[in-house]
Formats: sequence, C-alpha cells, structure tokens
Amino acid sequence: MNIRTVTAVSIALIGLAPIAWAGGPDDDELVINGDIEIVTETDAPAHLEELDTIYSGWRFRTDETQALQLDDFDNPGMIFVDQAMDSWGTVEGTEGKSCAACHGDDPAESMTGVRAVYPKWNEDAGEVRTLAMQINDCRQNQMGAEPYGYTSADMTAMEALISVQSRGMPVNVAIDGPAADTWEQGKEMYYTRYGQLELSCANCHEQNYGNYIRADHLSQGQINAFPTYRLKQAKLIQQHNRFQGCIRDTRAETFKPGSPEFVALELYVASRGNGLSVEGPSVRN
Amino acid sequence: MRITVLIPSAVALCATVAAAETVLPGDVTFADGAIEQPLTDGAGDPDRGKEIMTSRGKGNCIACHQVEALSEAPFHGEVGPPLDYVGEYRSAAELRGIVANAKMTFEGSVMPAFYKTSGFIRPGDAYTGDAAPADLPPILTAQEIEDVIAFLQTLKDG
Ligand code: HEC
Ligand code: HEC
Repeated sequence: MNIRTVTAVSIALIGLAPIAWAGGPDDDELVINGDIEIVTETDAPAHLEELDTIYSGWRFRTDETQALQLDDFDNPGMIFVDQAMDSWGTVEGTEGKSCAACHGDDPAESMTGVRAVYPKWNEDAGEVRTLAMQINDCRQNQMGAEPYGYTSADMTAMEALISVQSRGMPVNVAIDGPAADTWEQGKEMYYTRYGQLELSCANCHEQNYGNYIRADHLSQGQINAFPTYRLKQAKLIQQHNRFQGCIRDTRAETFKPGSPEFVALELYVASRGNGLSVEGPSVRN
Repeated sequence: MRITVLIPSAVALCATVAAAETVLPGDVTFADGAIEQPLTDGAGDPDRGKEIMTSRGKGNCIACHQVEALSEAPFHGEVGPPLDYVGEYRSAAELRGIVANAKMTFEGSVMPAFYKTSGFIRPGDAYTGDAAPADLPPILTAQEIEDVIAFLQTLKDG
C-alpha cells in the first residue's frame, strides 16, 4: 500500500465532506463582434500526448472578464491596435520608409495569417524567429530605424495590430525540419522544474489547469491569445513578459525577454496551441 | 536611554538562538519520508504557524490547500488536498518530513520543499527573478517549520 492510498483511505474513514472543485474550463463560446468565431477548445495536436483537449485561457476567466472580448469597443487592447496603425504608416529611420512602404497601406492585405505561423524558421537568417524579432529585423534592416524594446509598448501594440489580422485563424506553427532542435529545447524547458519551488510549466498548466492556485484559476497557459491586455497591469502584455512572471513566481532566476531560451519556449508553447484560434489582443485579469 | 534598554534584550536574543540545537537543512535525516527529531529545541507555536501558512512570502500553504481553520484568510487553492483533519492521521514526524521536503513522501510531488537549500535549477533570490545568493536560505527556518507542524497537529476532528 503506498502513501497516497493510505491518505485516501484515512480521508474516507473520517468522512471528509466533498469539496466544491472549480471544475476546469467553462462552456462559454467566444464570437467577437458577433462575427469572428474563435475556437477556444479543440483536440490537442498529435505531438502533445499528455493532453486530449486544449483550451484558450479565455475559458478560465470570469464572465465579466470574458465579456470584454466579445466586442472590440469594449476591448481595451484595441486602443493599441489603433496606435500601431499610426506607427504602420509612419516613416522612421535612415531609409525613409514605414511598414506601409513595403507591406502596403492595409495590413489586412499583407498580414493576414502571419501571427498564426510564428515563431517560424527563417531560412536566410538560419534561426527561429518570433514575430517580435521579425518586426525588429524590418525596423533595423529595411527601415534603418532603432529596434523596439522586446516587450515595449510599441512592440506589443505592433504585435496586436498584426494578430488582429489573423483572428479566428488556427494557430499552426511548424515544429519539424530546421525548427525541430529549437522546439525540443523549448519542450525540455516546459518540463524543467525551475527555482526554489521546483515547479515546471507543466506542473501548473498541464497537471493543474482548472484548479485554483490561491485566487488564480489556472489555465493551460496557452499563448494563442497574446498579446493580452491585463486588467491588473492596465496594459498589453507580451508572451515573454508572462513567461518571465511565471518563472519568477517559482523563486527562480528568470530568462530575459527575447533570449534564445524564451524564443525556444515560445515556439514550443505556441505549438501546444496548434488548432486554437489566434485571439489577440485578448483581455485577462 | 533607548540603547541601554535594547542592548540587553539583543544579547538575550542571541543567547537563545545560540543555545537552540538547530538541525541544518543538509543534515536532516528522513525515514520513510518522516523526520523524527524536531529541527530545533524551541517548541512550535501554533499561532505563528497559522500566520506562516497564510502569508505569501512565507509558507503560502493556502495557495494550494484548503484549510477550514484558516478561512478568515482569503483564497484557498485546490492544487493539494484539504488539510482539515491532517493532525488526526499524520504524526508530527510525518508532517515534519512532508513540510521539509514533500518529495521524500510523495515522489515527484508538486509541493515545494520548505527546508532545502541545494539541488535547485536556476534558484532565485525569493521572488525578484534575480539569481539566488550563494548561501540560499531555506524558504522556512527550522523554527518556522516547527511552528507550522504545531498548527497542523491542531487540525483534528472535533
Ligand atoms: C506556480 C504556478 C505556475 C507555473 C509554474 C507557471 N505558471 Fe503560467 N500562469 C500561472 C497563473 C496563476 C496564471 C494566470 C492564470 C492563467 O491564465 O492560468 C498563469 C498564466 C500563464 C499564461 C497566460 C495564459 C492566458 O491565456 O492569458 C501563460 C502563457 C503561461 N502562464 C505560461 C507559462 C509557462 C510557459 C510556464 C513555464 C515557464 C509557466 N506558465 C509556469 C501559474 C504558473
Ligand atoms: C504548489 C502547491 C503546494 C504548496 C504551496 C503546498 N503544498 Fe502541501 N501538498 C501539495 C500536494 C499536491 C500534496 C499531495 C501530495 C502529492 O500527491 O504530491 C500536498 C500534501 C500535503 C500534506 C499531506 C496531506 C495528507 O493528506 O497526507 C501536508 C501535511 C501538506 N501538504 C502541508 C503543506 C504545508 C504546511 C504547506 C506550506 C508550508 C504546503 N503544504 C504547501 C501541494 C502544495
């Protein structure tokens, strides 16, 4: 008899009252502006053997928080999409160009589907690139402009503008071919128990999603909905900010946003969400 | 005036600390996950144990456990089992082992080790996100562990 069984038996013997568990994701459906259907639940991709079903973090939030994503007029993240639209047309740097100079005035024409496949292998550079890295590559090498800070307000706003063009499309990042090594590195990180609390991403987001940890209802920690407007911080949050916060909370030394480690982790975490819809900018508490 | 009052009490404090036999984290011996010997000779104080269990920077035990007796502190999690009757079916030695290093009782447990100072991957300096100092302290001191054990032992039916 192992200790777990002993515990279970002794709990049964003293007749502990049943506890009201939070009980996982809710059953709500997300349709934005009465028009864009968001897949918030689907079969886990084949490479993700530990889960049967994947869920967007939206399904774990309260009705009040969820409601803010139903209509773009209520979504505080959309303000930053408008701001980034201004940046899109603004000439910056030594080459006298704006984003629009290369990609056209309407990002809906050039950027639809882009968010869904990032991070992605870049053949010329010989590296896996996140969307933020690609944005900065354009700024530095096409525009001759200063790069944005990796998790700066300008960067997250630009990412929000690009995400919006793919809302409702399934996340579909490639994990094979030249991206395979980076993906493996990210996977290893996901299961590494960092910090003095010795907790991995999987301990919270795979083993315990649906459970409360103190006041937080744990989701699967998906990034299909990034950038996300966090009500607590009243600004858009980039996925590397979130990774940093989660690792810090294990009493660990974190990695830096934009570091090779976080790029690898982002590819792996994104791939766990293959099949969910691109949802950003989303709203979280 | 103040200083003359303070010095004797500080000396007295040092004297008690020095006198207490404290088992260091590296010297703890586990038998089937349990620790027989108290980690320090100071008796555990259940009221302090209560505070440690609810405070975020200390045990933060209620992040994962529901405890009826701590219901005045908000937000109890459900990652671990409720602890309401744990004093009934667990001995002090078992509880000490579980709180010091739960992985010695429950293999691969999600529950953190509260009296352990080495063997971590990228340990940090508390919740700063920076690297840990060379002499990383355990999350709870020997006395704090004993305080928590004293409180857990009060969790009995009736
Ligand atoms: C100690 C528990 C814990 C660990 C370990 C942890 N997280 Fe989290 N994470 C949370 C909590 C709590 C939240 C907020 C509630 C939620 O969305 O799950 C969160 C949220 C997230 C979100 C936002 C999801 C959304 O839809 O807004 C992402 C992404 C995420 N975590 C990724 C990670 C990754 C990657 C790791 C490992 C590097 C990790 N987390 C480790 C507790 C944890
Ligand atoms: C991150 C989550 C987490 C935290 C924080 C945590 N625990 Fe636990 N605890 C667990 C889990 C999970 C178990 C069940 C053992 C297992 O299966 O791994 C457990 C088991 C226990 C048990 C054994 C219960 C039984 O029925 O035998 C005791 C006692 C206990 N915890 C006390 C504490 C105390 C005291 C603290 C704080 C000082 C604490 N825990 C903090 C997750 C946690």
